[in-house]
Amino acid sequence: MTARLSVEDLSFAYRDREVLREITFPVAAGEVLGLVGPNGCGKTTLIRCVDGMLTPRGGRVLLSGREIRTMHRREVARAMAYVPQSAGNRTSSTVFETVLMGRRPYLSWTVSPEDEEKVAEALDLLDLRGLALRKVSELSGGERQRVMIARALVQETGVILLDEPTSNLDVCHQMAAMEVLSGLAEERGLAVVIALHDLNLAATYCHRLLVLSAGSVYGYGAPEEVLTEEMLRTVYGIEAVVKRDLSAPYMVPVRSGGLRGRA
Amino acid sequence: MTGEAMEQNVVIQKGYARLKKTRALFIGGLFTALVILIGVAVTLGSADFTVDESYLAILAGLFPGIFSAPELTKTIIWDYRLHRVLFAVCAGFGLAIAGSVMQGILRNPLASPFTLGIASAATTGASIAIVLGAGVAGGEYLVITNAFLFALLAALAIYGMARYRGIGSETMVLAGIAVMYLFSAVTSLLQYVGSAEQLQAVVFWTFGSVDKSTWPKLAIVSLVLACTVPYLLYRAWDLNALAEGDEVAASLGVPVERSMILFMVIASLITAVIICFTGTIGFIGLVAPHITRMVVGGDFRTLLPASGLVGALLLLGADSIARSVLAPQVLPVGIVTAFLGVPFFIYLFLRRRDA
Repeated sequence: MTARLSVEDLSFAYRDREVLREITFPVAAGEVLGLVGPNGCGKTTLIRCVDGMLTPRGGRVLLSGREIRTMHRREVARAMAYVPQSAGNRTSSTVFETVLMGRRPYLSWTVSPEDEEKVAEALDLLDLRGLALRKVSELSGGERQRVMIARALVQETGVILLDEPTSNLDVCHQMAAMEVLSGLAEERGLAVVIALHDLNLAATYCHRLLVLSAGSVYGYGAPEEVLTEEMLRTVYGIEAVVKRDLSAPYMVPVRSGGLRGRA
Repeated sequence: MTGEAMEQNVVIQKGYARLKKTRALFIGGLFTALVILIGVAVTLGSADFTVDESYLAILAGLFPGIFSAPELTKTIIWDYRLHRVLFAVCAGFGLAIAGSVMQGILRNPLASPFTLGIASAATTGASIAIVLGAGVAGGEYLVITNAFLFALLAALAIYGMARYRGIGSETMVLAGIAVMYLFSAVTSLLQYVGSAEQLQAVVFWTFGSVDKSTWPKLAIVSLVLACTVPYLLYRAWDLNALAEGDEVAASLGVPVERSMILFMVIASLITAVIICFTGTIGFIGLVAPHITRMVVGGDFRTLLPASGLVGALLLLGADSIARSVLAPQVLPVGIVTAFLGVPFFIYLFLRRRDA
């Protein structure tokens, strides 16, 4: 079966600084892939290359077997949505209209009742009902992030890319957002790619993890295989214990040079 | 979906429908206010006509067989007032729309044809015509064509620099500011070498006024607006997306670079065609969009027509005051717009919750 999204040998460089080297991974329908790795390892660049905002130096990106470069922008927008990091700061529109904008790939000017219904549904799903008519600029960072996720949902794409969608959320809304995303992946057969900093959140909700280290793939696989003490030491340079007695692996960093260092 | 959730959705949609209705009412209200103001403005002026006389003269011009008015009244109303009033409406409308487009796509609340150097380039063009007498066209159109061409030249320079550096809102704003300073310096130089009368003419040009309007000039401006504004409205969703950022726009399927260039060209063209006739009427393009956004929000489907109407009201109101406050002396409208609009703008700005 063709993967919903597949990235093959993707490389990217800013001028002569190589940022990504031969990245390859597939994402199947219904699958949530977590992109993890330390700051500056290339997660955001990778997502922007996949969405076509940056032109890769080599390799290709396929959406259900079709190369993205051969597709029209509007076609791509109907197949793949993107939630950028810290989006929505500038929006002076209402929440409802900001989410409605996600229908843009289908709209010309008029908005049909179905479009509005889809927006209302997405607002409901992300617990934004009460905020529908507030201005996005008046919301908290976490609320804004949920607005952006809602917008990606009404875009009704088969693939959703999210760059740190939970960074401004409290633990309750982090889990709620991840529940919604993984639930939708399953129900609607979406392929979801999420860049995440929180490894435990990633291990809990992602089917697979892709570990990026200095622009290359360090590891790819199920969280149980990838989230290891060895990986944390090599990629993040930290000592940590990975607990395996819960439903998903759980890492606890150990303070290096702690009491022992001081003695 | 549960019944409760469905009910909630209906509540949300109803709320949105109410919001849309409020906005439609706001636009309707602005339109009515503008029509009334036009009605009042044509009766104002140094020649002392009553309201009845003024309207009779308008009707006599439209339907010569049915109505009749004294020749003098008809001449003054038709040859001096009516086109001036309508020109103020069109100019205010266009400048405000150009301003909202620029603020939107450049995502900068300070972006306007003036902060981006387009007006300052037009002033340079006009100064070259006034001081050096050099230009493409001769006679009455010497200053106008120079101002127009220089305004487009500035837009081209901004675009060129942005293109070289990578099209983006930041590069365009910075390039615009650089262009503004460059042209200001050229104008200063020309003022320095010019004679006292030339200097006065240049300074007068920069005050901005609708004094020199004529029916043909009104026709040119309205033609440009009629060609561009419907297109901008048609692409309101793309403007909405671009206003949020290049990434958002791209992921929603908007061809970012191409659209940004096109919108900049349209906004520059509208500005150029207006200010080449009026001189620099600043402020409207900057403030009308802000005032409107504070009231109706940032959706370009509403923002464009509403800010156009606010701009028209502001400019026509200012011009009416400019004509009557020291009558028969006419103050330059550019001065009055600032006196009229700034306090209102500051009031809204201070009152706003999320300022």
